[in-house]
Amino acid sequence: MSYMKALKCRECGKEYAKEALHVCELCFGPLEVIYEYDKIKEVLTREIIEKRAPNMWRYRELLPLDNEPSVGAQVGFTPLVRAHNLGKALGLKELYIKNDAVNFPTLSFKDRVVSVAISRARELGFKIVACASTGNLANSVAANAAACGMESYVFIPYDLEKTKIMGTIVYGATVVGIKGTYDEVNRLCSEIAGKYGWAFVNINIRPYYAEGSKTFGYEIAEQLGWKLPKNIIVPMAGGSLITKISKSFKEFIKLGFVEDTGTKVFGAQATGCSPIINAVKEGSELIRPVKPNTIAKSLAIGNPADGYYSAKVMRESGGWGESVTDEEIISAMKLLAETEGIFAETAGGVTLGVTKKLIEQGRINKDESVVVCVTGNGLKTQEALNGHLSEPTIINSRLSEFEDLVKANGKEYVVKA
Amino acid sequence: MAIKVRIPTPLRKITNGSDEVAAEGCNISEVIENLETNYPGLKERICEADGKLRRFVNIYLNDEDIRFKKNLETELKENDEISIIPAIAGGKF
Repeated sequence: MSYMKALKCRECGKEYAKEALHVCELCFGPLEVIYEYDKIKEVLTREIIEKRAPNMWRYRELLPLDNEPSVGAQVGFTPLVRAHNLGKALGLKELYIKNDAVNFPTLSFKDRVVSVAISRARELGFKIVACASTGNLANSVAANAAACGMESYVFIPYDLEKTKIMGTIVYGATVVGIKGTYDEVNRLCSEIAGKYGWAFVNINIRPYYAEGSKTFGYEIAEQLGWKLPKNIIVPMAGGSLITKISKSFKEFIKLGFVEDTGTKVFGAQATGCSPIINAVKEGSELIRPVKPNTIAKSLAIGNPADGYYSAKVMRESGGWGESVTDEEIISAMKLLAETEGIFAETAGGVTLGVTKKLIEQGRINKDESVVVCVTGNGLKTQEALNGHLSEPTIINSRLSEFEDLVKANGKEYVVKA
Repeated sequence: MAIKVRIPTPLRKITNGSDEVAAEGCNISEVIENLETNYPGLKERICEADGKLRRFVNIYLNDEDIRFKKNLETELKENDEISIIPAIAGGKF
């Protein structure tokens, strides 16, 4: 049973059939999936959700599929970690990390959007899936396409982290590196999508794809004991995730699953690519595109598709946005790893670095609940840490050499006689 | 002033299939009015009722976004080239 009603233009409100469309033909606004919330309210309760398997499909009535998902049955329901150590370091009373660094199967939140997009693409009869990607999406499209036996084409900027390129090719995807930035890759993909008629998950399937991100927000609310956080900090590339987290909270309020306690939504970008943050700080509705230059490559989108709506979410929720430098990103990655044992990718360093800044600025109240969104795994962006970590000490396999080392480090331990 | 205007796919129904048309005008507003005279219905597709450019329509003058020039009042010179591009397709720097 599907509760997905239609596609609707976010700008002019014109409705369209549930097909592979993403732009309003009348005003060029983006299309969004709308649902029959009255009917969902009749059939879905917190108790029903709680009894279901721990994956993102426990919210399936709120996802844009006509039938059961056909790929990614185990995606989602990643840990919401109560971060006592990091909270102490930052002076926060109630801090949580939503950890999609351990999402299945490709260790980033993109598995959520891709399993929805590919399942929907198959419902619509597509045989080939494709994407324009900064890396994580590439990994996920390639893996999930392989899992359901589809052919996949992945288009990336040619200078991505090696791990992300290998982690795409290994699944048998055709990987095309474009000499240019993500924005140039995206532009080319729009042309290819028009000409070849493939399912580009983040272009012509975008309205369905983007809905998958809502599950990140649903899980946070459920894992907090059916409560919304007072503050949430979200990394932004194209800006889709932050708008969908906001939508997920609004939907849960509408369905009566949580109380509206006024969540402030904060956005995080790298200073080397912060078109949305710039607009928020200037109080402008216009997003001025930038040429990205940051180690946070997964966030390096200079012309964000959902930039306007992201800025609106921050503004209307009473939140704000900040950016951090490459040095601040690395130091935040290390802080998270050393305090909580969570190795996030560079984007996680952006989000935590920004959180720190917002606390220092007094924009986040230290006594309120705070959720930091970690969306990808540090093992994929290890090269960013080159030269920033200490080297292992090399010794011969002799106890005496180890003891010299302990002495040299100035430490004393109790030893058995 | 003769100006070249590139037309995106969704608007080509109005321009009888042409991907590039000629128009006249001293600034972007005048060009849009001139296009509307020759291709009725085109203006409402790219402009709001109050005449402002729709949010998800970008106009580039010789590869530069007019929002960062003088917007619809941006002046034009002979042989300038204008592109109308849906924002969702991605912009330029």
